Amino acid sequence: MNKFLTLLIVSFGMILVSACGDSRIHSHAVYMLVDTSGTYAQEMNKASKIVNYLLATLNPGDSLAVAKVETRSFTEKDIIAKVTFDKRPSQATSQKRRFKNNIEVFAKQVKGSAYTDITGGLIQGAEYLNETKAGIKTIVVFSDMQQELGKGTIRDFPIRLDGIRIVALNVTKLGTDNADPRRYLDRLAQWEASVRKAGATDWVVVNDLENNIESILATR
Amino acid sequence: MTTWNSWLFWPNSVALSVLALAVLAMLFLYAARKPMHGVIHSVCALLSQSTRFIARWLFLCADNLKLRNQSVLLAHGQENQVTVIEREFERVGNMVRKDMQEFPALQRRMMEEATRIEEDYRKCGEIPPPPPEWVSALQSVAKIKTGGDIPRKLLEDINKSIQKIHDQTVAEFRRSYEERHKILQAMQPSWRSLEKMAGEMDKKMLTLQTDAKQIDGHMGKLQDIKAKDNKTEHALTVSGFVQLAISSLVMVIALGGAFINYKLIALPMSEMVGASDYITNSLKTSDVAALVIILMEASMGLFLLESLRITQLFPRIASMDDRMRQRLMYASLIFLVILAAIESSLALMRDILVADKVSLMRDLTSAAPAGSDGLLTSIPMIGQMIMGFVLPFALAFVAIPLESAVYSMRTVLGVFLVQAMRGLGFLLRFTGLLLKRLPKVLELAYDVLIVIPLLIERWVIGMRAGSPGAGNTEDKEISKLRRAA
Repeated sequence: MNKFLTLLIVSFGMILVSACGDSRIHSHAVYMLVDTSGTYAQEMNKASKIVNYLLATLNPGDSLAVAKVETRSFTEKDIIAKVTFDKRPSQATSQKRRFKNNIEVFAKQVKGSAYTDITGGLIQGAEYLNETKAGIKTIVVFSDMQQELGKGTIRDFPIRLDGIRIVALNVTKLGTDNADPRRYLDRLAQWEASVRKAGATDWVVVNDLENNIESILATR
Repeated sequence: MTTWNSWLFWPNSVALSVLALAVLAMLFLYAARKPMHGVIHSVCALLSQSTRFIARWLFLCADNLKLRNQSVLLAHGQENQVTVIEREFERVGNMVRKDMQEFPALQRRMMEEATRIEEDYRKCGEIPPPPPEWVSALQSVAKIKTGGDIPRKLLEDINKSIQKIHDQTVAEFRRSYEERHKILQAMQPSWRSLEKMAGEMDKKMLTLQTDAKQIDGHMGKLQDIKAKDNKTEHALTVSGFVQLAISSLVMVIALGGAFINYKLIALPMSEMVGASDYITNSLKTSDVAALVIILMEASMGLFLLESLRITQLFPRIASMDDRMRQRLMYASLIFLVILAAIESSLALMRDILVADKVSLMRDLTSAAPAGSDGLLTSIPMIGQMIMGFVLPFALAFVAIPLESAVYSMRTVLGVFLVQAMRGLGFLLRFTGLLLKRLPKVLELAYDVLIVIPLLIERWVIGMRAGSPGAGNTEDKEISKLRRAA
């Protein structure tokens, strides 16, 4: 009889002990930068769709933050919404609903900024992602990747993006790019070089959001 | 290239160098001929003897294992047969006890019926009509010698009386017959009852006879097992294979049920233990928890069937006293019911979670909400709940094929092991045989390499001896070498 009781206790113990495993290493953290400068602010609808895709794809325990790219983006004030989903699926679903509402509210009252500080946003994103201690970290940049820094904004120093994937989304061509495509290609090449130099694990450009949206998130 | 060159005496003339090397090698091999032959013989003999020894050992082990298998198989068969006979005896005993208990009442009823029939029979015996008194009166009147009115009147009176008596007698006779018919009619149910009782007895006797024949058959098998009959052993082995095949099939079906069960509770378990916890890189805690629940259900089922003495995997439970066994049975049943209830509620939770997720996805894609049909949406939910409650109990019965598989696996593995050992033994024996013949071949092959020095040796020996006999021997040796070459 004692043997059977021991067996039962061991079985229950297994459940309890197994519940204490380190989960962060398997989780996914995404920091999405949304460019709100100039005419790009009109692309907010597309950005909302991307956020919805991320909400649908991320699982309980994952983290998501959406921030805007402004004149100076290295600040927490630019984070529109951030969440680490609960481990319980039912709670995570509620959190996703609230997150979606926050983004919808922001999309209705978005204002264009004078300058575009993508580097500041990347540094802020890296900081946030490192804090989450997630296993897979991704910064999604929804922008034309044309950085324009205001007076007094210093960004010409090495940054650290160790272990982070960088995904550039909807990199639209500017009027000048059409005249000289080399400007567009050079811009992308420069960004790739700079993020790889900063230690990013991957650089992905996704312009076909209809068919290639799955490339945003790396497989677990 | 450099390596080759280092072997050449004269790198500029390769052919000459190779020839010189060949001659040197030949001389060396010729000098080492006898020791090399010895080495070949020794190594081959060693290997041959070793393989033969191992083969013999394997055959011996196979024989021992076969004997052991046989004893285990026969012991298990005997145990099974004894159990079957015990159960047959118990059944027959119960039947006999029940019938014998009924027998005095039945006998009494039969006696009563028989007495009643006897009495009725006696009652319906035919009573002859009373002798007509008027016959003697008629004789007296006939004796009167003087005729006249008096005798005529007397005769007329007698006639009237006779008519009257005759009518009365006939009426009495008819009434009596009517009564007898009534008695005979009343006897019919008694006869039928007796016939029915006799039929029942006959049926019971027939059943008893069939059971006795069955017991005879089982006893015969038991005797065969005890006599260690080869035919019985073969039958038991075949039975083991069949049992394993059947129980494996049933277990595969049960595994399918367990998989469905697992799918039903894996998602809602993430609500309890967290969806983002991992034990290993790819093993989710919720999945393991679901698996543990299913395994616990199977274990509880195992204990339940064990305590009901349907299976006998744990001798400790089988040897428990009845009170403890009953307690264990209730405990297992309660645990099983609790687990089934948990699983049913998890199935409900799964449905809610899936519905919630579908709703979220609809919100995210900004699609119009789907029209809900209360009945249609609740059918799968109710189905899942019922399945969640029923599957653990169905899974509990896996203990029966498991027991069968465990016992028959011993027989099947034993047979395969014996065959494997014998096969290996045969291979080693064959290798030993080859190794025994190999030295001769190797010797000849070696001699082929040094055929020129050997020819010279033979020639020199022949020259020295100068005798015709010696020459013949030399010729024989040379021809032998040629054949080998």
